[in-house]
Amino acid sequence: MPAAPPAVSTRSLTVAVIGNPNTGKSTIFTALTGMHSLIGNYPGVTVEKKIGNFRHQQQDVRLVDLPGTYSLSPRSLDEMVSVEVLLGRQAEVGRIDAVVCIADASNLERNLYLVSQVLDLGLPTVLVLNMWDVAQSRGITIDVEKLSQTLGIPVVPCEAHRHRQIDAVKDAVLSVAGKNGVESPRVFPAAFYDEGKQLGSQLRDWGEPDVPFYVTERLLLDVGGQIESTFAARFSTRLTEVLAAARERLKASGFRVPAAEAKARYAWSRQVLTGIMVVPQQQQVTASDHLDRWLTHKVWGLTVFVLIMFVVFQSISTLAAPVMQLCEMGQQIAGDWVSSLMSPGPFRSLLVDGVIAGVGGILVFLPQICFLFFFIALLEDCGYMARAAFLMDKLMTKVGLSGKSFVPLMSSFACAIPGIMATRTIENRRDRMVTILVAPLMSCSARFPVYTLMIAAFFPDIAWAGGWITLRGVLIFVMTFFGAFVAIPVAWLLKKTMFRGETPPFVMELPSYKWPSAHIVLLRVYESARAFVIRAGTLIFATSILIWAASYFPGDHTELNRLQEQVDEAKVSLNTEISEKAELEKQKSTLSQKGSAPELTEIDQKLAAIESKLEPLETLITTKNAMSEHLLETSYLGRFGKTIEPAVKPLGWDWRIGVGVLASFPAREVIVSTLGTIYSLGGDVDEADSGLQNALRESKWPDNRPVYSIPVAISIMVFFALCAQCVSTLMVIRRETNSWGWPLFTFTYMTVLAYIGAFLAYRLFAFLL
Amino acid sequence: MHTLNDLLKAGQRGLILDVTGDDGVSVRLMEMGLTEGADIELIGFAPLGDPVEFRIRGYRLSLRKAEASRVTIDLL
Repeated sequence: MPAAPPAVSTRSLTVAVIGNPNTGKSTIFTALTGMHSLIGNYPGVTVEKKIGNFRHQQQDVRLVDLPGTYSLSPRSLDEMVSVEVLLGRQAEVGRIDAVVCIADASNLERNLYLVSQVLDLGLPTVLVLNMWDVAQSRGITIDVEKLSQTLGIPVVPCEAHRHRQIDAVKDAVLSVAGKNGVESPRVFPAAFYDEGKQLGSQLRDWGEPDVPFYVTERLLLDVGGQIESTFAARFSTRLTEVLAAARERLKASGFRVPAAEAKARYAWSRQVLTGIMVVPQQQQVTASDHLDRWLTHKVWGLTVFVLIMFVVFQSISTLAAPVMQLCEMGQQIAGDWVSSLMSPGPFRSLLVDGVIAGVGGILVFLPQICFLFFFIALLEDCGYMARAAFLMDKLMTKVGLSGKSFVPLMSSFACAIPGIMATRTIENRRDRMVTILVAPLMSCSARFPVYTLMIAAFFPDIAWAGGWITLRGVLIFVMTFFGAFVAIPVAWLLKKTMFRGETPPFVMELPSYKWPSAHIVLLRVYESARAFVIRAGTLIFATSILIWAASYFPGDHTELNRLQEQVDEAKVSLNTEISEKAELEKQKSTLSQKGSAPELTEIDQKLAAIESKLEPLETLITTKNAMSEHLLETSYLGRFGKTIEPAVKPLGWDWRIGVGVLASFPAREVIVSTLGTIYSLGGDVDEADSGLQNALRESKWPDNRPVYSIPVAISIMVFFALCAQCVSTLMVIRRETNSWGWPLFTFTYMTVLAYIGAFLAYRLFAFLL
Repeated sequence: MHTLNDLLKAGQRGLILDVTGDDGVSVRLMEMGLTEGADIELIGFAPLGDPVEFRIRGYRLSLRKAEASRVTIDLL
């Protein structure tokens, strides 16, 4: 009889992809579906939902990528997602027509553990033996035909990184999808299956008619597992008693839960592979082993580690800087362009200060995100990331975290956003959450403008040790590590309170080294950048607009607009003088270094002549800046700042600093330009501006006491070191934790911490000095 | 009774007897292939002495000493 042609279904088939970590699962997923996948979150958990599509032999297939896992015995809600998807109980995914199980051909014995659990689900299954070339290079032979017969499912050897055998995988998927499921290999003794049946009928009596075989199996095997907790919520102690009795009976028959499962499945794995897989007796030392000896060496391993981390950190701080400046320049040019097209008014202000500034505020993070994810993807794909965690683990356990937290936290010194996104590499939920929550305390680059402004304005330029050590340098250094220092007790406290429980095990596979795939690395970069822009960017943008509106309304801007128009016109008509002045100032500064007096006086005379011509423009600008100040002071934001003055007074602040802090909610560095506006210098000042530094020094309380003093400057710096004045960070936390609760919590705890810290610093230094 | 922490030098091997405890950590260890009868070899220590790298069932696994102490072995 001729073989029946594959049934072409008009509806799209849904196929789940599962496998151990480090099996090249994502490479296969991309090879099957191409670049375009839908990325989201499953409701209520932090697990990423990734769905792609392909069409093969006129059949549409929807491919669901499940997180890499060593077993399907859920211990948390996050781990439960995969089981729910596979059982067809996840509403957004629906029924599963087939499972593709990806295994590492060079490490099949352990990989079959998960395969045996997947087979217990009874779904149509395909086994893909990826990294076939690695297995062959190690002299491992596998009889694919025989393995397929023994397991009763199609088995496809594959080299996904070379795009080999991808069509064979698709053929195999279509050959089983929607057909009869597989038989469970029944790895446990008969007594276990009898207990399973009994439990099933018991649940039926309690009004749960369709409990799948796999669920009853897990109920019996996982003591205190996630499925048991879910069911226990419905049946209270009844179920717990029934399960305890069943496990007791199993123990009496020699089947000790939970240890028996691993024993039985590994025994089955050995038995299946007998006569099918031959591993050379002599364990050969591979190139990967040699490399590993160097890279985990006491001296060389640490040296290489420090070098790699240095390169990563430099690239996200220094290398990304020019690209970030380009973003800022683009924002400036776009703003100027819009300004030149429109007359001043609320709409122009919305476009320039709201929309363009908002978009710029999102794009400016992209260079860092791309650089960091380039390195993370590279290090992960070649197998080094696990070694980095291995090397750093002991150090990180001292602060209550694990080795896997090191790279995310280190990256947060450049910017918390890519750092928080990088916590995806931490599989343990508690470690990951604590890392996310303390990451914003690391001193990111946005804090430097605040530190620089305060230190340059209020601390003398004292140098010691022949100019090698400066007071200002020491202060910058102290402020940089202050947040990290505070993070240690915070992490400890979080571990003792909100994330209590047994220390998560550090049971980590150290995969073999391999050449990273450019395709996979670039795809990771693209996906993380896209995820940031789409899922966090929109919210960051919305906040920017909101803050803009609060600082713009309700003041009447007609007078300011008129002044702005006059300034614009004057700038055009005095264009030659302005550029001449700039040119002369440049000459003057080069000359003053050489110190030729007669030429200098000549230039000074010329300058004075031009400045007198520019005087009307200067007066206009001064009036305009005063107007801006007045409008900001009377805006909703300004009024709010004045209302909260009693709250910030204990920190030594006046309402102006309060407004600066409020306005810097979208991003910390905004405080510099806000202070510029508030002190009538215009919003386009930077932290090195001597005018702004002078304005701060001369600022007075109504009773003529100076506002700023060294204790106030320290209080502001401490506040900015610890506060969560960064919408982008909060929005990324929302995205990564898939909840509004965590960003809210982060904002609250950091603000309280910053307030207390600033208060103590102010009091302490006011007392000392 | 020996545990994995009694393996002191790279290349030293043991035969696993059992993993003590029934909690999540023990289950995780067993899922990774640390079950009765499996052959395990010490590869080396991290620079600060912890965690420890082993070879088991043909792959490399890193464990902290705290976890390794749960695994009882026969020295080979």
